[in-house]
Amino acid sequence: MKKILCILLAVVMVIGLLAGCGSSAPATSSATAYKLGGTGPLTGVAAIYGNAVKNAAEIAVEEINAMGGLQFDLRFEDDTHDAEKAVNAYNTLKDWGMQISLGSVTSKPCEATSAETYADRIFALTPSASSVAVVSGKDNQFQMCFTDPSQGSLSAEFIADRGLASKVAVIWKNDDVYSKGIYETFVAAASEMGLEVVSDTTFADGNDKDFSVQIADAQSNGAELVFLPMYYDAASLILTQASTAGYSPIWFGVDGMDGILTLEGFDTSLAEGVMLLTPFNADSEDEKTAAFVKKYQEKFGEIPNQFAADAYDCVYAYKKALEAAGANPSMSAQELNDLMIKTFPTMSFDGVTGIGMTWSSDGTVSKRPMANVIQNGTYVLLS
Amino acid sequence: MSFLNFVISGISLGSIYAIIALGYTMVYGIAKMLNFAHGDVIMVGAYVCFFAVSKYNLPPLVGVLLAVVICTLLGMTIEKLAYKPLRSATSLAVLITAIGVSYFLQNAALLLWTSNPKIFPSFFKRAGADATQAVNGVSLFGGQLRISYVTVVTIAVCLVIMVALTLFTSRTKMGKAMRACSEDKDAARLMGINVDSTISLTFAIGSGLAAIAGVLLCSAYPTLVPTTGSMPGIKAFTAAVFGGIGSIPGALLGGILLGVIEIFAKAYISTQMSDAVVFAVLIIVLLVKPAGLLGRKIHEKV
Repeated sequence: MKKILCILLAVVMVIGLLAGCGSSAPATSSATAYKLGGTGPLTGVAAIYGNAVKNAAEIAVEEINAMGGLQFDLRFEDDTHDAEKAVNAYNTLKDWGMQISLGSVTSKPCEATSAETYADRIFALTPSASSVAVVSGKDNQFQMCFTDPSQGSLSAEFIADRGLASKVAVIWKNDDVYSKGIYETFVAAASEMGLEVVSDTTFADGNDKDFSVQIADAQSNGAELVFLPMYYDAASLILTQASTAGYSPIWFGVDGMDGILTLEGFDTSLAEGVMLLTPFNADSEDEKTAAFVKKYQEKFGEIPNQFAADAYDCVYAYKKALEAAGANPSMSAQELNDLMIKTFPTMSFDGVTGIGMTWSSDGTVSKRPMANVIQNGTYVLLS
Repeated sequence: MSFLNFVISGISLGSIYAIIALGYTMVYGIAKMLNFAHGDVIMVGAYVCFFAVSKYNLPPLVGVLLAVVICTLLGMTIEKLAYKPLRSATSLAVLITAIGVSYFLQNAALLLWTSNPKIFPSFFKRAGADATQAVNGVSLFGGQLRISYVTVVTIAVCLVIMVALTLFTSRTKMGKAMRACSEDKDAARLMGINVDSTISLTFAIGSGLAAIAGVLLCSAYPTLVPTTGSMPGIKAFTAAVFGGIGSIPGALLGGILLGVIEIFAKAYISTQMSDAVVFAVLIIVLLVKPAGLLGRKIHEKV
């Protein structure tokens, strides 16, 4: 019996070896298409973002491939919003022969993968990882979304300009770079703008269920507006508990709030009046946006959020840059990397998340944010 | 008045910890093992109730009963498949198996129900004066003190369970068999007690309680994901150790104290430091009373 088992194991190992050989042989068939890869949470708490990015990137790739001309070969791997898994997923993509990258969808994993793509000289344009650490000090890492600091200061500016409130509260997540980055610049900008931060409370993983204390603190200090730089899952709990506590300030979120309306079973009336800064509005009458929203809805049965829009723009921005640089798919990742570093800061791109976007050579994008308010379960643009 | 509000939220959070802690404490008391999969049984219970009520439109009470039945069966199955074969193995092997079962349940839930958060429906509300707005709590002293129905139900359920369990273990034959097993398994076996079925019963009761805890946890904090049970599970385990593991009143005391300390630490010390404060208190208590607040000190004869 033991002998049979040994032989069986040996056979399995040999097959494994052979299989390894098979996949490491260079794939020559797809030299006509650029291998575009990315990682994001397709499962896990942040799955809504990863899937949005993957779906929208698929639509963009389909459209571009259907035009003839430049072709993309897209592969998207799951990282469950975990830095270690993101690096594993990135290695899978590298083995596959990825030439250009969409980075990672969320900030923490993207900080890990951006270090890898930087070292491996693979150009990356992340649709949505907004922390500064993703791009800082890395010449080949670019962002389609705003960086966290700019989200924080833009929010404070908007609140002050519109006179929404003079006393504000912030609830932020102290073990999350995304939340902390936005919080720090928000507080700095708020004091410059003459806003008074009357309540400043935090939460962390494992302590993110009960918000009664944070809400009571904001309420008892008379905050007229509560700023929530966090993802929608925690925000939904805050909104629910605040309604039980009978507290109804102005709620102000950033791009992580996007997704709250599609949360399964969430009473969207609780999100009524929530404001958020996002560069994308699915109800926009812009022709390009309308076409994208229609296609996304037909294919996936839901309205695309800002992450989807950013991903859609990423693929088109790549198309524009690759064409402008005169690149071809048989170039190595490193050659493409050098071309993209030169091309991105020189071009101006019109997409669904903004017109006339430009990039500075540090990898950050400049585009105008739009403020939306949730009314009757949809985003309405605040003019 | 905010002080009273904090006390109430602390007791409410603590009651949930206490019900979960019961599952840990009973299994530890009788089988002398730490069932780390307990937190994930809670999650399964919450999902069963969620689907029964939201997808199949069953009345909430039926949903809860269904969750209790399924979790009881699940608990007994886990015991039979994963723990029973290891009854004579070292406690370390059993501990690792329990951690394995915990990961198995979490990942099975990920596959079955995906990780997109689900918002648990709220059962405890009544229609308000304005027909569109449901009222989910009472407000006293001109709105200064608010108590949600979930809080009231949670505290009541917790007390009922404690009293029932205490009566069960002290008055009934099966309860006495449980206590005998926890004292000395071999002696109990010699006295004609079926130790295996007693342990199985313990798992059944613990897991049934986990289902109730899951429903209460998700009613109070409604985001439901496959990892929902893990952190409350760890906190409840802490509560069980705090109160004295193996002791039923200890679980109640430990759970409620932990909940209140957690909320107070957030409110009066710092929201950033609350978990650090909670665990610092635990360490101090264990230094002074190593068996926990109500734990029995066991003298080993050398």
